[in-house]
Amino acid sequence: MSRLYTLNIEQVTNGIKNEEFTSEEYVSQIIERIIKVDQKINSFITINDNALVQAQQIDKKIRSGSTVGSLAGIVVGIKDNISTAGLKTTCASKMLSDYVPPYDATVIKRLKDKDAIIIGKLNLDEFAMGSTTEWSSYGLTRNPWNLDYVCGGSSGGSAASVAAQLCTASLGSDTGGSVRCPASFCSVVGFKPTYGLVSRYGLVSYSNSLEQIGPIGRTVSDVKKIMEVISGKDTNDNTTIDTRNNINTNNYDPEQKNNQKIGLLRELINGADESVYQCIYSAIDKFNKFGFTYEESSLKSSEYALASYYTIATAEASSNLARFDNIRYGFELNPDDYEWNTYFSKTRGNFGDEVKRRIIVGSFVLSSGYYGKYYLKAQRVKNLIKHELKKLFKEYDLLISPTVPVLPFKIGEKIDDPLKMYLIDINTVLANLAGIPAISIPIGFKNGLPIGLQIMADEFQEKKLLDISEVIEKSININTSYPDL
Amino acid sequence: MTSSLPVKIGLEIHCQLTQLNTKLFCSCYCNYREKEINSNICPICLGLPGSLPILNKKAVEFAIMISKALDCKIPELTVFSRKNYFYPDLPKNFQITQYDSYGTSTSIGKEGSIKYGENYKIARIRRIQLEEDPGRLVYENGRTQALIDYNRAGVALVEIVTEPDFVDPKEVRIFLNKMTSILEHLNVCNTNLEGSLRCDANISIGNGKKVEIKNIGSFSDIEKALTYEITRQKTMTIHDIEIKAETRHWDDKRKITKQARSKEEEEDYRYFPEPDIPKILLENLSLIKTSELPDERKSRFINDYGLSEHVAQVLIDNKDLADLFESAIKIYHSPKSISNWIVSDILAFIEYDSSGKKTITDEMKIDAKHIAEIAKLVDDNTINRSTAKSIISRIIKTGELPSDIIKKEKQTTTIINDETILLESIDKIFNEEKKATLDAKHNPTAINFLLGKIMRMTKGRADPKITTILLKKRLDEEV
Ligand SMILES: [Zn+2]
Repeated sequence: MSRLYTLNIEQVTNGIKNEEFTSEEYVSQIIERIIKVDQKINSFITINDNALVQAQQIDKKIRSGSTVGSLAGIVVGIKDNISTAGLKTTCASKMLSDYVPPYDATVIKRLKDKDAIIIGKLNLDEFAMGSTTEWSSYGLTRNPWNLDYVCGGSSGGSAASVAAQLCTASLGSDTGGSVRCPASFCSVVGFKPTYGLVSRYGLVSYSNSLEQIGPIGRTVSDVKKIMEVISGKDTNDNTTIDTRNNINTNNYDPEQKNNQKIGLLRELINGADESVYQCIYSAIDKFNKFGFTYEESSLKSSEYALASYYTIATAEASSNLARFDNIRYGFELNPDDYEWNTYFSKTRGNFGDEVKRRIIVGSFVLSSGYYGKYYLKAQRVKNLIKHELKKLFKEYDLLISPTVPVLPFKIGEKIDDPLKMYLIDINTVLANLAGIPAISIPIGFKNGLPIGLQIMADEFQEKKLLDISEVIEKSININTSYPDL
Repeated sequence: MTSSLPVKIGLEIHCQLTQLNTKLFCSCYCNYREKEINSNICPICLGLPGSLPILNKKAVEFAIMISKALDCKIPELTVFSRKNYFYPDLPKNFQITQYDSYGTSTSIGKEGSIKYGENYKIARIRRIQLEEDPGRLVYENGRTQALIDYNRAGVALVEIVTEPDFVDPKEVRIFLNKMTSILEHLNVCNTNLEGSLRCDANISIGNGKKVEIKNIGSFSDIEKALTYEITRQKTMTIHDIEIKAETRHWDDKRKITKQARSKEEEEDYRYFPEPDIPKILLENLSLIKTSELPDERKSRFINDYGLSEHVAQVLIDNKDLADLFESAIKIYHSPKSISNWIVSDILAFIEYDSSGKKTITDEMKIDAKHIAEIAKLVDDNTINRSTAKSIISRIIKTGELPSDIIKKEKQTTTIINDETILLESIDKIFNEEKKATLDAKHNPTAINFLLGKIMRMTKGRADPKITTILLKKRLDEEV
């Protein structure tokens, strides 16, 4: 069979299990396509040389009649800030150019347990700090829909590779929108789970209190299937939560998916570009026919969200990134003739400009005399936003907004203006500050450039959020088109 | 008068929770000692990218036990903080610790107190908190670089901070003895292990600034370091030199304190709450029972066994001795004689160890059974005290049982109370000391002289009471 790379998760796993094609055939076609297509978009940093061997093992299992996992044979691309045993994990940084982790992240272990194949490591902004994947020391990733445009970030490689059909699905990490923004820019589905639902063990920390690993797929259904495997309490991460006690499906009857009250956040749509604005309203028209109750709502504290987000994220980052001193791991640099302070300075000079900027800002907001003024205040805003959203979710089942208020823009357009760049995250950071689940699904194009809809739900309402996202996805019905590469 | 300037000393004690199985945030062994360099490590304690701390609940329980023993208030919940600074022995370049700021207390215990010394002086405890130990820098001869051993990185430490309630180094020593005994009795720390207990001190005299002394490796050096520092500060005051707030290091070899860095340029540690460890509820944990504490044990020794205040205190100050005592009286129930043998004789053989504490070492082959036998043999009048003492100094090295020695060497060890044998000796002395014998008939001092001769002849083994009676009787018969 040809063009196997177009299949979704269910089609791949069924096809392999029913021996319509082999896992090996599937992986071979994917690798062939990566070799052909990825030179155009640069979404991969490392390709897993073992993928074919693993595919052969799955085929052997199937031929011998042994049971295989629920994700048997699918190929998953992994953002290169998630640790993979024996496979380089660079965080797109010179700092870790030679770093090979000795252990698998919990999400990787869970995927492997279900016989998913890790196809390779995907490009990102260095240490996940950025919104366009232009800040990578392995070169930028291009938008598969238009190669002159940015693909979003920081999980740009994860979104672009799925859009370009170089893997069945991928994992990204979302600290302030890093899964949803590139998903929106590349016209794929990207999901950020409730804080504590997915283990962060093995995810190289940028801002621990905000980030979650999340899947990117071409359909909501694919994202659901990955979530089923990667979520759940992990003894290696004290911040994960036992979902058996927390999944709250009150007031939600899956049979009545359409009977939901949806609020459009005024502050988040008003700041959007005209084309994004129009696209959102035409999408609302389409899914309104499915019987949702819809109205405009307001989140007053949203105006402080971005400042709060960047204060907390940079503060935590400044501490998290302190460990990169090249003493225990990193890259080749002989310490002879260095006093340790000068060695630290020398090696830490290898961080890229954006990372340095955030470390400096983060060290500043934590320093004595400024801690109360910035860090504590940011924490108070975070609580305020959480509280205000909680109140809104008493009234609405879901809240919607544009994922990103602007269309994908040209490469290089905003790279020299950090403030403009940070504004890209203005709609996505809310979910990270409040710890709630949020998804971006494709709803249309303007001049060939994708636009995404963000849907948020209250914490642990993943089932409701994903079920309804599927209904909305079907009502809009654009998932069948893919970029021509 | 500078000599009368009041001295204020406060302490920061770091106690490794050596009795835990694993480190504070990972499952590596707590016991890193004698392990091959960098073999007791994992992604977590090595701070590898993506690793997360997993809190050892038992460590929190231990810290609560210490807090309770020191009469501290225990808050309903606690959190951890990050202390950010760059140092090669610190795998993450921050230390996970606890920190009070902005009105939030993040200690496990606070505002406690402890009574110590004969006059039951009170030292207030400011706070008790948990934190991780860093790795160790290793300097090898002939090598210009330092090597780093991370085996110790992540071992649980409890930091105990006192108020500046001590007025002289001697008080500090007595206080630390008590503290050591409490930690031993709680069975949270084997204080005999090198580096398991470390202490920083701060000192000010008069209205002078506070000077911190760090790096005092053993409790035995604390008194020396404090005495040195007090003299230094007083000398400066006499010469009108201002004492600056600063941190000084104790130079273990030269036995002096020397300047480390001045307070002005002290690092900003940029503390903030550790995001990877959720808040810990302490309410339920605060119900944990502590084992018998030194003060309780001492009262029990006095009330149940009739020991004197002094003897009970000496035993309690060193848990090993108190344990030895209790095991021995189980074998032979004579608390007074056993405690006296331990306090007046065994103690003399026990050496001061590197931490400045008397420790029963593995080389000392004496245990409860030996002591019980010695006490019984003396109480039964089988051997005399001086024989007992020489047996003790012998068995401490050999581990032989006193009863075996007596059996094997009856002729040289046991008390002679056989009248025929004693009479033979008396006759022999009468023969040798004719003049004294005549004298003794009406002079009691001469009787003592003859008794002394007999004792010397029997190498002290003649039973003095029986011998005296027989002597008198014989002298009477001689008429
Ligand atoms: Zn470890």
